[in-house]
Order: sequence, then C-alpha cells, then structure tokens
Amino acid sequence: MSALKTEELIINMGPQHPSTHGVLRLEVTTDGEVISFVRTHIGYLHRCFEKHAENVDYMGVMPFVDRMDYVASMYNDFIYAMAVEKLMEIQVPERAQYIRVIMGELQRIASHLLAVGTYGLDVGTFTPFMWCFRDREKILDIFEMVCGARLLYNYMYIGGVSKDLTIGMIEKIKEFCDYLGPKIDELDTVLTYNQIFIDRTANVGVIPLDTAVQYALTGPNLRGSGKKWDLRKDETYSIYDRFEFDVPVGTGVQGSVGDCWDRYWVRVQEMRESLKIIKQAVNSIPEGIFRADLPRVLKPPVGEVYVRGEAPRGELGFYIISDGSPKPFRVKGRSPCFSAVSVLSEIIPGNPMADAVAILGSIDIVLGEVDR
Amino acid sequence: MDTNQIHSRLEKKFGSAIIALEEVKADPYIEVSADKIFDICKYLHEDSELLFDSLVCLSGVHYLPTHKRANGVVVEKPLFEIVYHFFSYSHKHKLTMKAVVSLDDPKIQSVEKIWKGAQWLERETYDMFGIKFIGNSDLRRILCPDDWEGWPLKKDYVTQEMYKHMRVPM
Amino acid sequence: MPQIMKKMIDDPNAPYGEHIEDQNILLTTLDKLLNWARSGSVWPFTFGLACCAIEMMATGAPKFDLDRFGAGVFRATPRQADLMIVAGTVTIKMATRIERLFAQMPEPKYVISMGACATNGGPYWQHGYHVLKGVDRVIPVDVYVPGCPPRPEALIEGIMLLQKKMSQERWVTQKYSKAQKA
Repeated sequence: MSALKTEELIINMGPQHPSTHGVLRLEVTTDGEVISFVRTHIGYLHRCFEKHAENVDYMGVMPFVDRMDYVASMYNDFIYAMAVEKLMEIQVPERAQYIRVIMGELQRIASHLLAVGTYGLDVGTFTPFMWCFRDREKILDIFEMVCGARLLYNYMYIGGVSKDLTIGMIEKIKEFCDYLGPKIDELDTVLTYNQIFIDRTANVGVIPLDTAVQYALTGPNLRGSGKKWDLRKDETYSIYDRFEFDVPVGTGVQGSVGDCWDRYWVRVQEMRESLKIIKQAVNSIPEGIFRADLPRVLKPPVGEVYVRGEAPRGELGFYIISDGSPKPFRVKGRSPCFSAVSVLSEIIPGNPMADAVAILGSIDIVLGEVDR
Repeated sequence: MDTNQIHSRLEKKFGSAIIALEEVKADPYIEVSADKIFDICKYLHEDSELLFDSLVCLSGVHYLPTHKRANGVVVEKPLFEIVYHFFSYSHKHKLTMKAVVSLDDPKIQSVEKIWKGAQWLERETYDMFGIKFIGNSDLRRILCPDDWEGWPLKKDYVTQEMYKHMRVPM
Repeated sequence: MPQIMKKMIDDPNAPYGEHIEDQNILLTTLDKLLNWARSGSVWPFTFGLACCAIEMMATGAPKFDLDRFGAGVFRATPRQADLMIVAGTVTIKMATRIERLFAQMPEPKYVISMGACATNGGPYWQHGYHVLKGVDRVIPVDVYVPGCPPRPEALIEGIMLLQKKMSQERWVTQKYSKAQKA
C-alpha cells in the first residue's frame, strides 16, 4: 500500500454553484476527501458602487446603497442616512426614529429567516427553506404596505423616512409579532435540535476568538465565537438605548465555542430579541412629523465621517469624505461580509468537502456586499 | 482615550513622524508619515494603554489639483491618501489615521503582519488605486479581472473600450 | 382537408389541439403535442447572480409557486436544464463564465433575462466600468423581464410568454415535412 502514489486534485467550486450563496469561487485543493488548501476568488459581482457614489448627489446614492446587501436593504439605508446626518448635524424627529427602528428590526428578522432557510438547504433539508420563505413573505407584505417595494426599498430619507405609516399598519405589525413567535419554536423542533443537523454542524468550522478579532469579524460570527459585542448596546445609536433586549452569545453547548451550530443558534435567538424590540417600539411610538425639514439640495460642510451600525450580517460602516459640493467626494462602504469571506482560507482546510459547504453557509455572506 | 490624548502619546514616542492632528468636522484624524507606518501601527497594537486590536477599515483616496481635502486645504500636486480606522475592544476607543503618498512612487508598508484582515483590504486598495503595499504576501487584483487595464477609482480613470471580445461602455 | 382539422391547425386560441367533447376525441398535430409536453415542463437552471436571485427564489417558494407551471425543478447543472434565467447583474468577469455555461446546455435551450441589469445594465449603466450592459452582448435572449427587481408575478408572466413562444415552434414539421423540403 505504501507504493501507491496519491496526488492532490484541484477542484473549482465555481462562480455558479448551488450552495455558494451567490457568485463566489473557491479553488479547492483536496487530498482525497480532505481539503488541504483553499484560494478564494471574488469580484464576480463588482458593480462599481464607489464610482457611482462619486457621481450622484447624496440622496441619489441611496438606491445604490440598497443594492449592496440586497437581502437586508432597509438596514443599509438606515446606516447611510445616519452617516450623512452625523456629517450635517441633522436632528431626526422622534416618530421617524421609531419607524426606522421598527423597519430595521423587521428587516433583521427577514434577513435571518433567509439565512436560516438557505442554510438548511445547503445542509440538505428542504422543509425549513419553504417555511422560512412563507414567514418572510409576511414581512415583505408589511414592507410593501409601507413603501411599495418588496426587496429594494429606497425608503429612508436623510432626515427621516420618505412615507409615514399608513392606517392599519401598527395593527398588522402587532398581528405579525404574535404570528411569528410560535413559528420560530416550530423551526427549533425541525432544524435547531435535529440530531442530523447537530451532527453536521457541531464542532465544524470552529473560529477561535483571536482569529475572529484579527480578521475583523463582527455580528453573529463574532458573537458565535463567544464575544458579547453588539453595537446596538455597546456603541448605541438612534434610540436603541430605550429598549430592553439581550445579546445572545455562543457557548459551545452542542460542540465547541465558535462552531457552525453556535453561529446558527445566535441568529435564531436574535430573531426572538428583535421581536421583543418591535413589540416595545409599536407600543410606544409617538405622533409627529416623519421627516426633518431640509433643503432640496444637500451640501454638507467640508469634512469626513465614519459611522457604523449593527446590520444583520455584522458591522456595516460608511466612510464619507465631503468637500462642500452636492456630490460626495469619496464614499467607502465597509462591509462585514468582505472580512467574513477572507477568513475562509484559514478555517476550511483540514475539513472534508461536505463541511466546506456547511462552513460557507454558516458565515452567511451576501456577495453584493462583498464585491460592492 | 480620545484623539487628543492618543495624539500626545504618539508624539512622545515618534516625534516628527506624527505630522498633525486635524480637527475636522465630525471625525478628527491624525496624519502620519508614510515611512514609519509599520512601527506606528505595531505600537498602536501592542501598547497597553492603546491596544487597538481591530483594523476596522482601510481605504484609499485620490486627489487631483484643485480638489479640497477634509481639512479644507486645496491640493496642488496630485496625491493619494491611505486612511486607517482602528478600534480597541478592551479600551473601547477608536482612531482615524491617514498617510499621504505621492503619485510618482505610490508605495507604503503593509500592516498584514499585525492584523491578518489587512491582506484583503490592501489588495482592494491596490486594485482600485494602484498603491503598492510592500510586504503583503499576495498583492494582486481582487475585484477586477487580473488583466484589467487601469486603476478604476482614480479621478482621471477612463473606461477601456473592449475587454476580450466584449464592449465595455454603454 | 376537413374543416375541423383546418380550424385545429390554424386556430390561435387552441394552441394545443381541438377537443371533440361528446366522443372524447382530441385532434392535434404532432408538433402541438410535443410543444404541450415541452412547455409544461421547462426546467430552469439556477443562475441567480444578485438581487433578482432572491426574487427568483421567492417565485419558487410557497406563495408564488413556480411548480404549478411545471418549472419548479431547478437543476444545478446546465447539462440537465432547458432554461437559463439570468437573474442579476452580469459583470465583465462573469461574462466569460456565462458563455461557457450557455454552451454546456443541450438544445433546445432558452434564456430569460430577468431584471433591468441583465437587460441593459440597469442602474449601473452610466458609470459601471465593470458591468456588462446587457447579457445579450454575449448570449441570445428569448424573453426580457423588466423590473428592479421584477415581482414574482412578472417573472411568472415571463415564463408564460416563453411557453407561448414554445407553442409556436414546429420541430416535427421542419424535420419531416415534404413541403418544406420541396
């Protein structure tokens, strides 16, 4: 048997693949079934966001910002609007703040439902995918009532929101909150505590905490590795300090701290916490104007700003340099998924091929944000 | 610690390599000399009072003559700025730092050995502006194809007409 | 030729044949029978690139169910698929891969260009140096579905238009008809 010569095989998990969550290319070198080296190629969805942002005015950048993380576009709008408001020192009215938080947290639930559903699809089950999409449609109905669009909203204006909540919206949101609680418990029984799922994801793809901090991982990926850090609580922005909610952290209860099951479990718990925030917000939303009174053409003062917020996939930041003209001089989007993809070449080697798919699904990337 | 205290601490250690503390609108920043960037970053990472363990963002900016920088100064010769944003989980403070590089020889030392996440951020800045990071273990284009011509995010970039057999502009 | 057969061949309202109810007879041509079977089971190829891919997934999901049109079986490999739905922005780096994947699909194959980006570059037409302004610069397209992103109902309309296009094809006539050869 020692006379057998084995060679390594280079396999291309190419840009088109059912489980790469978009156009990501992994050039994988395997020795039998075990992977020995991974080279990641991105850029297949590079849509020149930063070049467009230099050529349109501040409000016109909003649709491009939507299309960065297209699964959670309300939150991209939110953080970009916050960045320009900090630069121009605009006060956002109270009602607009409450509407922003409600829409942001609904978007977080919708984004995690998609993440959880497609993760189940990667690992091999089809039912959670159908259930999660059915629940997601209810949230998209609410968004359609508010601003007319299902996926890419362009809803947050700089200084508030573009349309007020219509009659019957608050009742519909309350009805949705009562609807979703039992559905998340149902998801637990079919996926989270399913023995096959635990065998596939526990002890797989462990990201130690110091690796996570070195690669600047944030969001559920960092919390799954054991660090209790959430920008909504630790560097609070908007009106998040008025609400009570917990920050779930991975504890390695099914395997080790920082494995795929932990990151998945953090996302499911975050859905429950977002429901708490929404219930508190709809019970205390005040009346008032929904948009600050601003001139038609926005001209921020000369300066720069970096603002970050807790998007569903991690810490999303915008770095804007202004030179006093109506168009931004430079806009840079700091995307959490970019750092998440860079950690793959360190985490995947040493695992069999099937585990590579499980790890890729657990870090929850959206290629629109990686490539911008 | 806020930016003023960090600035005085850095000035005590590095003296003239720390060029200025600019109090601009919304986020003040410290401008440093590009030759000493590796030593300054290593000090920021290891000093017990500073302990910046996370490199949040690394970006490049291109200025042509008549453009205005964030501190209000109008630029006379074209230059590149490389902007670093740091954050510390232990002390919970943050810092913005800038280094200026001229267009004749756009090179700067890489900080990959201090924060591993810098490798991809520097590759992206190289791809968009053409700034070479010395010491980066894998400096090649990341977003555009490998045989793309030109540095896209520069202010005087002109899109190429054809790429292989495809027409690129509208 | 009897009147009823002439009507059955030319009637645009009966694309798949004429049903004589009291005798339970279906009169049809081989072409129409073939087209009925083919358009009722178009298997798409999962080619979601960007935001439109999420709407394509939502079209396959329970609320807008694409499976009732026969198109719910999404194949992962191009060698088993009939229809390529190009959903999302096509970048220059991805365009060479699209050509290769299109070449790997067996005939007869169709392409639906879903969304504004695949039609002509979409919102990125003006300053997008890396965006291919329309997927029809590299592969031939049958149906264009506009929208950014198009609603699932719009994608279903696109597939129904494709089914109508397929019902007008004449494969058997082209191959075997003496009139054509003459």
